[in-house]
Amino acid sequence: MKVPFSYVFRNLWTRKLTTALTAGGMALVAFVFAAVLMLDAGLKQTMVGTGSFDNVIFIRKGAETEIQSGVSRDQASLLESLPQIARDVDGRAMVSKESVVLISLTKRGQDKGSNIVTRGLPPMGLTLRPQVKIISGRMFRPGSSEIVVGRSIFEDFEGVAIGQSLRFAQRDWLVVGMFDGGKSAFDSEVWGDSEQLMQAFRRGGYSSAIGHLADSNSFDALKADVEGDIRLTVEGKREQIFYEDQSRALSTFISILGTVLSVIFSLGAMIGAAITMYSAVAMRTAEIGTLRALGFRRPSILAAFLLEALLLSLVGGIGGLVFASFLQVITISTLNFQSFSQLAFGFTLTPGIVLQTLLFSLLMGFVGGFLPAMEASRLKIVDALRAA
Amino acid sequence: MYYLKLIFKNVFRAKLRSSLTIVGLVIAILAFGLLQTVVDAWFAGANASSTARMVTRNAISLVFPMPLYYRDRIKSVSGVKSVSHSQWFGGIYIEPKNFFPQFAVDSENYFEMYPEFIIKPEELLAFKRDRQGAVVGRKLADQYGWKVGDVVPIRGTIFPGNWQFNIRAIFDGKDETTVTRQFYFQFSYINEYLLKRYPKRADQIGIFNIEVTDPGRIADIGKAIDAEFKNSLAETLTETEKSFQLGFIAQSEAIVVAIRVVSFVVILIIMAVVANTMAMTARERLAEYATLKALGFSPGFVAGLVFGEALMLALIGAGIGILLTFPVAQGFAASPAGAVFAVFKVSQDTVLLQLASALVVGVIASLVPGWRSANIKIVDGLRHVG
Repeated sequence: MKVPFSYVFRNLWTRKLTTALTAGGMALVAFVFAAVLMLDAGLKQTMVGTGSFDNVIFIRKGAETEIQSGVSRDQASLLESLPQIARDVDGRAMVSKESVVLISLTKRGQDKGSNIVTRGLPPMGLTLRPQVKIISGRMFRPGSSEIVVGRSIFEDFEGVAIGQSLRFAQRDWLVVGMFDGGKSAFDSEVWGDSEQLMQAFRRGGYSSAIGHLADSNSFDALKADVEGDIRLTVEGKREQIFYEDQSRALSTFISILGTVLSVIFSLGAMIGAAITMYSAVAMRTAEIGTLRALGFRRPSILAAFLLEALLLSLVGGIGGLVFASFLQVITISTLNFQSFSQLAFGFTLTPGIVLQTLLFSLLMGFVGGFLPAMEASRLKIVDALRAA
Repeated sequence: MYYLKLIFKNVFRAKLRSSLTIVGLVIAILAFGLLQTVVDAWFAGANASSTARMVTRNAISLVFPMPLYYRDRIKSVSGVKSVSHSQWFGGIYIEPKNFFPQFAVDSENYFEMYPEFIIKPEELLAFKRDRQGAVVGRKLADQYGWKVGDVVPIRGTIFPGNWQFNIRAIFDGKDETTVTRQFYFQFSYINEYLLKRYPKRADQIGIFNIEVTDPGRIADIGKAIDAEFKNSLAETLTETEKSFQLGFIAQSEAIVVAIRVVSFVVILIIMAVVANTMAMTARERLAEYATLKALGFSPGFVAGLVFGEALMLALIGAGIGILLTFPVAQGFAASPAGAVFAVFKVSQDTVLLQLASALVVGVIASLVPGWRSANIKIVDGLRHVG
């Protein structure tokens, strides 16, 4: 015979302050837990959205990032002649030969510069990145000192507006447009004409070359061809994997920090739940005795009290998620240790995270409530009735 | 005296609840202290920098080099005592996760400029004589078990190739705040290779380190240096060593802010736990408090009992938490995860903050229950069953 659910619910309802405090503590823990997962998911989403699976990025062997890499003009032309590279309608090889440099811009409200990726690209570069759309102004004209800026740069940095000029490499570069990179890392970049940028920065060669595969499965053949050609000192990676590798250190850092914090916090919240449940048991000793005298069995008493703890933690978990869902409007911009440049990413709430957070809350409730519930079920009827 | 005794006895009436609350407090205060220490560690490099040194870099960004001949022109600016230079190497030792800063430096005078690095004179001489020599910090050497005479292979990322360095000297820090996790070697070793293979990239340097004669004039000297290279191919930006270091921290400010926010969330959580305990305690003892008031004790006396109990709980928890912070921080600093931070030390400010937050928790947690107990109508209180 089971203890009715309404008994459990009304117990929580009667002691509103205690219930609110305990659930509030748990909500905070659930909030932190969810926030960390959301941040990591946001970072991954940004990085996965940046690279396309069918694009291959070529950088110098041994280089980890485009900034460190160098691809000479003749090597880039060799890459264009590879058979696995797709051709467009005019028969041109779909390879974007790009130069990537870092410039320093100042964030709003700071007086220190932050490193920004500035990418010089030919018209083919846009073809290879369909997720990037101009949302105001226009695209830069090839062969001119015009630039377009990513959405995060536009929002976070001082003095960036359409019609304004940015000064770097002894030139004024006119900002003519803003683009949206569909939540990718391109949102944190400045784009201009590759030849113009190379001249301004006195570069003789490109930083990287991005090629589009004619057939998605021909990557291994392409890799083998590149490695077998002694004239080529580059290595190719699928663009998506390249960008995932780029953010690995930051992602690991967020995960470790988040896990450690969640574990420490949850200990505090479990103790909170245990205190609440223990005192509930102590206060309701006579009640428990009465229930037992009426014929309720020990397991059902155990279940009733455990359910109470689980209900508490579920309320906390839902509360924490509600607050965490508001985080989705926030974007943070921080230094990516590996590429040494700014990267903006946001919090992303996925169904998986909702489920994980709720399970985590319930686990806290279970651990915190188990011992008090055991104690409740083991009371002797006679003693319990005498307790009042 | 009796009052204190009464409070103390009250605290341990519900043994289980009080000990659970104290455990919760200990965990929170400990976590708070560690998070504060992490933030401190973040700023450690900047706080340890000298006020008499400046750094000149390319105005566009740190990744662009400047010609080596700038050095002599900087030297001629009035107020500059000496100039050295360093170049970020960014190589990989065995695998990318073994990250530590590597710099190619001017072996002639770099270490004379940094008196906080304690090097044996004979070791420094051996380093200067060996073109492949390297000078490493004590912490780094301990981490990988290197000794003087060992050969360390490093794979270049910015400077392609596999490089071999012979450790000729291991330096110690002047005190605990000095960072000793760097790896230094001779710039000429790399430069000669570049001259042969990539002549365009040779004789280029990332950073000039400058010592000034008068720290009071440091801002003007910096401006004079930058004016020297105005409208050249590589315009410069000269700033104090401290603001140069702070620039890196500012770039990852979002993370520091997140850690700060989280450390206050810890305090909020524990506030909820302690407030919960106090709410229960007060509810259980309403009849007692009413009795006290019936005997003629003032409402203030009753509220004081609740306050005192919460404060005592908080202080016991904080005391144990603070004591535990030191060994845990030491353990963390010795672990691989702690190796990321060059300096990881619990500061006095951190301890004071821990104490302050415990007091705040105690006061706020007892506000509502204290007020309730003080204002209870005696008749209701006597009738109340917990």
